[in-house]
Amino acid sequence: MKELSLNILDIAENSVKAGAANVSLTIRESDTRLTFTVTDDGCGMTADFLARVTDPFCTTRKTRRVGLGLPFLKLMAEQTGGSMAITSRAQTEHPDDHGTTTTAIFCKDHIDCLPLGDIVSTVLTLIQGNPQMNFTFRHELPGGGVVELSTAELRGVLGDGVSLAAPEIILWMREYLTGAYHENQ
Amino acid sequence: MKSLAELIAIRDKMQSKVNIRENLGSMRIVVGMATCGIAAGARPVLNAFVEGIAKEGLTDKATVVQTGCIGICQYEPVVEVYEGEEKTTYIKMTAEKVAKVIDQHIKNGKIVTEFTIGAQK
Repeated sequence: MKELSLNILDIAENSVKAGAANVSLTIRESDTRLTFTVTDDGCGMTADFLARVTDPFCTTRKTRRVGLGLPFLKLMAEQTGGSMAITSRAQTEHPDDHGTTTTAIFCKDHIDCLPLGDIVSTVLTLIQGNPQMNFTFRHELPGGGVVELSTAELRGVLGDGVSLAAPEIILWMREYLTGAYHENQ
Repeated sequence: MKSLAELIAIRDKMQSKVNIRENLGSMRIVVGMATCGIAAGARPVLNAFVEGIAKEGLTDKATVVQTGCIGICQYEPVVEVYEGEEKTTYIKMTAEKVAKVIDQHIKNGKIVTEFTIGAQK
């Protein structure tokens, strides 16, 4: 992975796979630190699976017996002096309150810290692939500004007839987010 | 800064076309977005398709969808184009290659053979 936003996309896809209806991505940035959190209400993991989940030979996929998403993220965070943590409640054990939260902390001034990169494309890719999902994005910038987007809010404006995955809507969202970042510069 | 008023205008324009759209959209463009695809550069490929289709006015003709690992990680980013029963598999895609696929295949129905898995030596 060449940018942190690609790791973020990869990790958020786990929430999609977990069947989550609500996913939120929060990025908090200071001058020296970047922390991101992905929270979902998907099927979650049992304590046993959670303990093995950063092992590359632990995977849910059927095409081959390696899974590199979480091991990659852990490596990326730790090589900057940061860390990664996952908490999860499995649906099988907690039918009314389940889901997963993944948090990664990066020390931005470390030479091995990758740039955040094109986070707007990551957000749009997630919405394009899962237009029915409630997705909230919040980025707290080092200068105190905030860039936000909520698909539930946009759906309220658009109504049921128009999919958030429609290319025209995706284009509008790109311009909206790019504009919001410009205003906060 | 983009306003919500503009979004409403886009919605109204799209809703007037909804009935036509249900009968069309015969092409499906499927982009692999698992860890292997993302690491190899699938995100700009996906975005190039979505935005290229919007800009070329091809939204009635083709839809772009995402999938997980297709199983040929060494050839990622992989894109499959379905037209009915027919499937074309494009491998090692880039945003530049996408422009050519949209122009020749999606618009005019001519497969870009040089980018397909069959052209792989």
